[in-house]
Amino acid sequence: MFPITGNAALILAVLFGAAFGWLLHRGRLLDYDVIINQFRFRDFTVLKVMFTAIVVGGIGVLVLVNLGAAKFHVRDANMLGTIIGAAIFGVGMVLYGYCPGTGVAAIATGKIHALVGAAGMLFGAMLYAVSFAWVNSHILSVWKLGKVTLSGVTGLPQGLLLALLAAAAIAVFVAIERSGVEQR
Amino acid sequence: MNPSLKRVNWSPYLVGAGIGVLSWVVFVVVANPIGITTAISQLAGGAASVAIGGETVAQNPYWAKHPMKLDYGTLFLVGTFLGALLSALTSRSFRIETIPPVWRERFGPSVTRRMVVAFVGGALAMYGARMAGGCTSGNGISQGLQLAVVGWTFLVVMFASGLGTAWLLFRPRH
Repeated sequence: MFPITGNAALILAVLFGAAFGWLLHRGRLLDYDVIINQFRFRDFTVLKVMFTAIVVGGIGVLVLVNLGAAKFHVRDANMLGTIIGAAIFGVGMVLYGYCPGTGVAAIATGKIHALVGAAGMLFGAMLYAVSFAWVNSHILSVWKLGKVTLSGVTGLPQGLLLALLAAAAIAVFVAIERSGVEQR
Repeated sequence: MNPSLKRVNWSPYLVGAGIGVLSWVVFVVVANPIGITTAISQLAGGAASVAIGGETVAQNPYWAKHPMKLDYGTLFLVGTFLGALLSALTSRSFRIETIPPVWRERFGPSVTRRMVVAFVGGALAMYGARMAGGCTSGNGISQGLQLAVVGWTFLVVMFASGLGTAWLLFRPRH
């Protein structure tokens, strides 16, 4: 029965995407100020949403994989490309005030600067395609680890690592809520 | 902060858990983790076809791998837009915004300045995401929840780089 493919999957794509866009908006993640203030340690909404999504998603997906209902989809770790790319991404995200998903969704809530930034994203994607041959042979080919996980690297079970991550998340959340660092 | 149709400030923990549960569903039902930038790359290929011709685009090694088509990823992106629109309309929070408050406070009322920086930032974010193997969604959340090395490397480096950039932009002026 699963996974569903073909035209039915295309309809589901719109529905699942809509759920994602809805959640991003309701979580205030389409607000430039909320995202920027995460990087200024004045608002921890981004951290709370992402950390919770990773812990809840991670535990559920691990259970589903063990039940045989899902498969992992781990991508290659091309470390040099990931490190340089993530560093460029961090600069871009703070200048834009959005990541690609929140940027596209923010257009739908009336943010004109998000629309202009999305045009920038199309331009960036074109630059990447044009430079891809060079990047592929000079950067993506360096320090390739393959489809590795932290569990594979450390030898510790995925469930244990997720339990530790969940404990860390709760400790961080309690510390944030008690500290009063967030300016409302 | 109970969820209601009218309120937009749902608890971030509830929203995060919602995205986590959505991940369970997409892993099982369509075997296609949440991601955004592959679809934007494909759309960029489509836009480039109009500008420089389909043949030139088809010969590009990257767009040859990711041709423009209405597939699962592009429709997920369309859905993300529609979901945000629906949420904004049902909560009556759709507002035209050219300059966000925190930006205005620091950089003033120049629309041009905000738009130029947003464009450059969008271009850098997209370029970096493609090189890194995904963005905050596809790499940070979808790879992060699988404890993939690529996802956690991305999260740590991206956050450090963002912190440094925000410090440079918003540090107190003397």
